[in-house]
Amino acid sequence: MTDLNKVMVEKYRNDFLKEVEANVEEGNWVKMCMQCGVCSGSCPLGPHWEHPPQEIFMMIRAGKRDEVLRSESMWMCTSCYNCIVRCPRELPITHIMHGLANYAHRLGIAPKLNPTRRFAKMFWNNITAGGRVNELKLSVGLYFMDGFASGIKKGLEMLPVGLGMLKTGRLNPFGLFSGGHCKGAGDIRKMIKKAKEIEDKRKGFAA
Amino acid sequence: MTDVVATNETILVVGGGISGMTAALEAAECGKDVVLLEKSPSLGGRVSQLYKYFPKLCHPTCGMEINLKRIKANKRIRVLTLAEVSAITGKPGDYTATIRISPRYVNEHCTACGACAEAVAAEFDNEFNYGMGKRKGAYLSSAMAYPQRYVIDPRILGTPDAEKAKSACKYNAVDLGMKEETVNLKVGAVVWATGWKPYDANKIQPYGYDRYKNVITSVEFERLMDPFGPTGGKLVRPSDGKEAKNVAFIQCAGSRDRNHLKHCSRICCMASLKQSTYVREKYADDANVSIYYIDIRAIDRFEDFYKRIQADPKVKFIKSKVANITEDKATGNPILHGVDTEGYHRYDNPHDLVVLAIGMEPSVDASRIMPGVKADASGFIDINATTEAVFGAGCASNALDVNRSVQNATAAALRAIQVVNRVSRAEA
Ligand SMILES: Cc1cc2nc3c(=O)[nH]c(=O)nc-3n(C[C@H](O)[C@H](O)[C@H](O)COP(=O)(O)OP(=O)(O)OC[C@H]3O[C@@H](n4cnc5c(N)ncnc54)[C@H](O)[C@@H]3O)c2cc1C
Ligand code: SF4
Ligand code: SF4
Ligand code: SF4
Ligand code: SF4
Repeated sequence: MTDLNKVMVEKYRNDFLKEVEANVEEGNWVKMCMQCGVCSGSCPLGPHWEHPPQEIFMMIRAGKRDEVLRSESMWMCTSCYNCIVRCPRELPITHIMHGLANYAHRLGIAPKLNPTRRFAKMFWNNITAGGRVNELKLSVGLYFMDGFASGIKKGLEMLPVGLGMLKTGRLNPFGLFSGGHCKGAGDIRKMIKKAKEIEDKRKGFAA
Repeated sequence: MTDVVATNETILVVGGGISGMTAALEAAECGKDVVLLEKSPSLGGRVSQLYKYFPKLCHPTCGMEINLKRIKANKRIRVLTLAEVSAITGKPGDYTATIRISPRYVNEHCTACGACAEAVAAEFDNEFNYGMGKRKGAYLSSAMAYPQRYVIDPRILGTPDAEKAKSACKYNAVDLGMKEETVNLKVGAVVWATGWKPYDANKIQPYGYDRYKNVITSVEFERLMDPFGPTGGKLVRPSDGKEAKNVAFIQCAGSRDRNHLKHCSRICCMASLKQSTYVREKYADDANVSIYYIDIRAIDRFEDFYKRIQADPKVKFIKSKVANITEDKATGNPILHGVDTEGYHRYDNPHDLVVLAIGMEPSVDASRIMPGVKADASGFIDINATTEAVFGAGCASNALDVNRSVQNATAAALRAIQVVNRVSRAEA
């Protein structure tokens, strides 16, 4: 167990709902769910989830802390917003899914090999480094996420798309070598650092 | 010219459904003068469009007939049909109501012989059957209509059909020269009983009411069972006339939903439980009913009714709000998709026919009646916040079943009586 995770377990004991309400983005909405099932039935990823949103909300209320936070489920959400527009209680389901994923990641107990988590991390590092996304670095990083051979294969598959983007000026071929940073990237990094400090303090994550 | 005598001791009842009829009768039988207005050509409201009513499953004709008899016998009630209020001004005990009366083009000599309807060729969607099937341009809205007097649809005026109707009538009852009238009535208090309307099912996009023929509403389902209804009482589905043996009910269609009506419409659980017996009545052991629900709200003593239906092995209860409906092109079967709450199982269930247990909303938004009449969040009359002597009765004040509508209407009549009593004491 990571330290932060230990702290939170201690702090909230058996009240996982309270923990979610205090620490997860939009978590205070969870108790409004009336278990109608529309979100689960509407989710295009439905058949592939281990636990659809409706079930996650019930598990939170039932105090199944480990099962929820270690689950791959909320990492599956593609932000299609189908559930939000249909929920009869107007729960911001998409945001709660991302909030839960983010919280599990902060606690260090999110599934290590989950591809969405790895991509999100890569994206974050990429964008915070330069103040804007370096697409070439990001896609190359993504292709080689599962090793060298599979990276070459995926790269070749995507070659026509890449060349097309090059031709229309959508991709900077020197992006791999240059930083591709925006002006004042250093200041952006400072702002993000500050924002994180404030958030950590508010949520009690600060070490 | 319509001559109606009214004073500020008269009670005006707006809406001639079961609630308005009850309020009018209670007030009149207490010795008050009542003017009862109904917008459509006949009294009865939506109860007369039901096949049977819960909990006793008797036909509405019988309860209706008793009330009509009482109305006919009571000299203190003046009934105006095809009449709508356009304005009410004044203060409690002293109101002036402006009433617009549309022409019926048929006078009191009508014997309801039906010769005019036979003579006329033009047909229109039958509103009594919620637009299913057609009726003639000269018509009686239903077999039970009160008054038993035909109506000429204004759309045939100026066409040869109008003249045909006139010459078919042996009783000189067709009067094509009738004009719209406006009358001003002095009244002391108002009972507002304009009832409810079904929520517009087209707005519930994922259920495809607008796209799939075999997705209908609960009010339409009632009409299918009526021997005088659009299918002659056969329980068949609209797309191909196939017998609808495997029927699904979707609860809370448009209710308890912040995207639609926020309130629980309160009667639709009981309505679907009742309608499950219709399917059993028609198809006995070949019937299969599935009720998709969030929770069944069979209020207080209706619990027994629920228990009885629950015990029926041919009625399945699925705890899940259906997410969406698609259609199997080959069979025309609607397919219901969702996840159930008891185990989180995903389902894709085909049915012959799907009935949306549609929500109830007030037919008139109370806040539009006049300043001083206050609406609650759903548009029903909020009697506690209202400062005028305009008393909501029945479904104008809340989503209610017949029993509760009648109780509520009696209460409204008593409130109205108190107001006119104060007037007469002041004048004595
Ligand atoms: C599918 C379904 C099944 C149901 N089954 C049952 C059942 O089995 N048992 C039961 O107890 N209840 C049942 N109900 C509920 C029942 O229909 C209502 O309780 C009942 O209709 C209420 O009567 P009401 O007079 O208040 O309103 P309504 O029946 O709506 O009557 C209102 C009247 O006012 C008139 N009106 C409207 N606007 C105006 C205006 N501006 N001016 C003049 N007149 C106007 C209308 O034309 C109508 O005649 C069912 C409801 C549904 C949806
Ligand atoms: S749609 Fe909304 S209320 Fe229904 S189960 Fe999902 S989150 Fe809960
Ligand atoms: S937003 Fe996420 S949870 Fe909601 S329906 Fe789309 S994929 Fe499913
Ligand atoms: S209007 Fe004349 S023809 Fe038509 S039903 Fe009445 S009496 Fe018969
Ligand atoms: S009565 Fe039943 S179907 Fe109707 S809104 Fe309430 S819970 Fe839903």
